[in-house]
Amino acid sequence: MLTEEIRNLIGKSTSAKTYEIEKGAIRRFADAVGDPNPLYRDEEYARNSRYGSVIAPPGFFGWPVEQDRDSAIIIDIPPELVTVLGQAGYPFSSVVDGGIEYEFFLPIRAGDVLTAKTTVRNIRERAGSTGSIVLIILETTYLNQNSNLVTTAQVTAILRSLNQQQKEQTNA
Amino acid sequence: MPEQIYWEDIEVGAEIIPLAKVATTQMLVKWAGASGDFNPLHYDMAFAESVGVGKPIVHGALKRQWLIQLVTVWMGEQGTLKKFSCQYRAMDYPRQMRTMTESQEGETWWCKGEVTRKYTEGGQHFVDCNIRIENGKDEITTPGRATVILPAKG
Repeated sequence: MLTEEIRNLIGKSTSAKTYEIEKGAIRRFADAVGDPNPLYRDEEYARNSRYGSVIAPPGFFGWPVEQDRDSAIIIDIPPELVTVLGQAGYPFSSVVDGGIEYEFFLPIRAGDVLTAKTTVRNIRERAGSTGSIVLIILETTYLNQNSNLVTTAQVTAILRSLNQQQKEQTNA
Repeated sequence: MPEQIYWEDIEVGAEIIPLAKVATTQMLVKWAGASGDFNPLHYDMAFAESVGVGKPIVHGALKRQWLIQLVTVWMGEQGTLKKFSCQYRAMDYPRQMRTMTESQEGETWWCKGEVTRKYTEGGQHFVDCNIRIENGKDEITTPGRATVILPAKG
């Protein structure tokens, strides 16, 4: 059962974070996908394209990452949500990515400085096949240095209850 | 890059040129570094066991980028990806490495899709597509949708 304390966090936002978009980071991202598109790496090619400069592949951001090894948090979410869900038996170490929904407004260019802000859109509890799960819908909005909307991304983070994980380990 | 496609030439039901992909343990490490997602679920056997997925799994976000590559290659440089969604319905397990550069024999994933709707809105020419990743057993692990703006011949 989701407590009122958990449900009250729907609508809560993280503080804005800025990301500098480096050309090398774009190329490494495209390399890791195995996408050879010259728009993502070849400056001369990109300059002569409709974009006029190197761009990032759509989806360059989307699973907002926080490298906080101690708590295994890999999504940028309000810290209090991690605390209260942990208390309710849904540790964040069990997080899996359920899916994503994007809308693209402007290309992301090498050299852009993006500002991202994530809002908790919904929190639902559901009975899964082996135990209950919590689905958290997080919407992240990315603005560029001119305050123009670049991308919105809505991710579904799935947390599994402690009980379910223990059951699975017993079965394994 | 294939030749540019135009809105007029695309009919509902048209197939998106399929894209073959192979996930290896090495590629997941590369993806972790490039994406910043260092969840041990994707490279640490004991951790993957402890959270109940058995062994390391392919990042959902990497599968997402495969599907985005599928659509962006097909739509060509004059096309614009407007909307995209996908759901990670089933886990995919990478091939292990045999040498420093080659993976063992194993699964190949296919990214596929087809056009479901064709329309104009605000003077722009749109197509909607259903897309998916099929694993080596032809099971859909990652279904999705995309909305693309295509150039028109005018």
